[in-house]
Amino acid sequence: MAETEVKGQITGGGGQAEAPAKPFGPVAAGFLSAGIAAVVLGILTTLTEANATIKSKLEFSSRVGSLSGKTIITVIVYFGVWAILGVAWRGKEVDPKKVFTWTAVLVGIALVLTFPLFFQLFAPEA
Amino acid sequence: MELTGREFWGIIHGMGAGAVFLLAFAGGLAGLWSLRPGLVTEAGIVERARRLKIGTWIMATAAWVTVLTGTWIVYPWYRDAADPNSPKNLLLASPKTADWHNFGMEWKEHIAWIAPLIATAVAFGVAYYGKELIKRQEVRRGLMAFFTLAVVIAAIAGLFGALITKVKPVM
Repeated sequence: MAETEVKGQITGGGGQAEAPAKPFGPVAAGFLSAGIAAVVLGILTTLTEANATIKSKLEFSSRVGSLSGKTIITVIVYFGVWAILGVAWRGKEVDPKKVFTWTAVLVGIALVLTFPLFFQLFAPEA
Repeated sequence: MELTGREFWGIIHGMGAGAVFLLAFAGGLAGLWSLRPGLVTEAGIVERARRLKIGTWIMATAAWVTVLTGTWIVYPWYRDAADPNSPKNLLLASPKTADWHNFGMEWKEHIAWIAPLIATAVAFGVAYYGKELIKRQEVRRGLMAFFTLAVVIAAIAGLFGALITKVKPVM
């Protein structure tokens, strides 16, 4: 993804200098981390359905079941990736269109992976 | 007229936080939609940006409260294997109602968690740019699209939550 340091100024109609443009990098980090975390949730959902061992490993709480592990890992990935990308893209301009497109693709994949008629295809035969 | 503890938390989860999230959407969308050059004055931009920041953070917080109370408080009662009268056991006991769990609950419990992820990113974007958002129209449009997506996802989860509660409530 193309990145450039933001050095430009947003100028008004009269050409007068205004406040420096805020780079999109930090916001891009938030959106991509949401997309990545959503895919992680989807992958864990499908894996849990397919494999009883993984399901039991993800039962961080017996009351909540494997949903506890799936969601705790998702939240850790979300804030972890956001922190890493946030540092990497601090002060950088990143193309918003590319970031929004990639986030939409990732969320789309996550919606498929968390759809019961999809992930139940991987359930062992009863 | 009284509520059990379980009914109380069911209301907090669905009709409290969940409803706040969904109801705040219209105002937030209108604010983002109208944050365009020529539609608002300089003073209007400042005021609208402040309202948008508050509104989107309320929505993001409500989304987190909804999934956290749902997953960690209400869901364990719903799925309690030791309780023959738990909603999950009752739904699965009949082929006529089993799909409410096998499809409805299985979809709802997972998809709902995507909403706060997106809503938080949107709230951060609105807070980060504030009134400068009017100068970043491509960002404003993106935020609006994901704002809507978060609500659609939450609405699917909310709809199934309401329907499942109608069939077999957590009591």
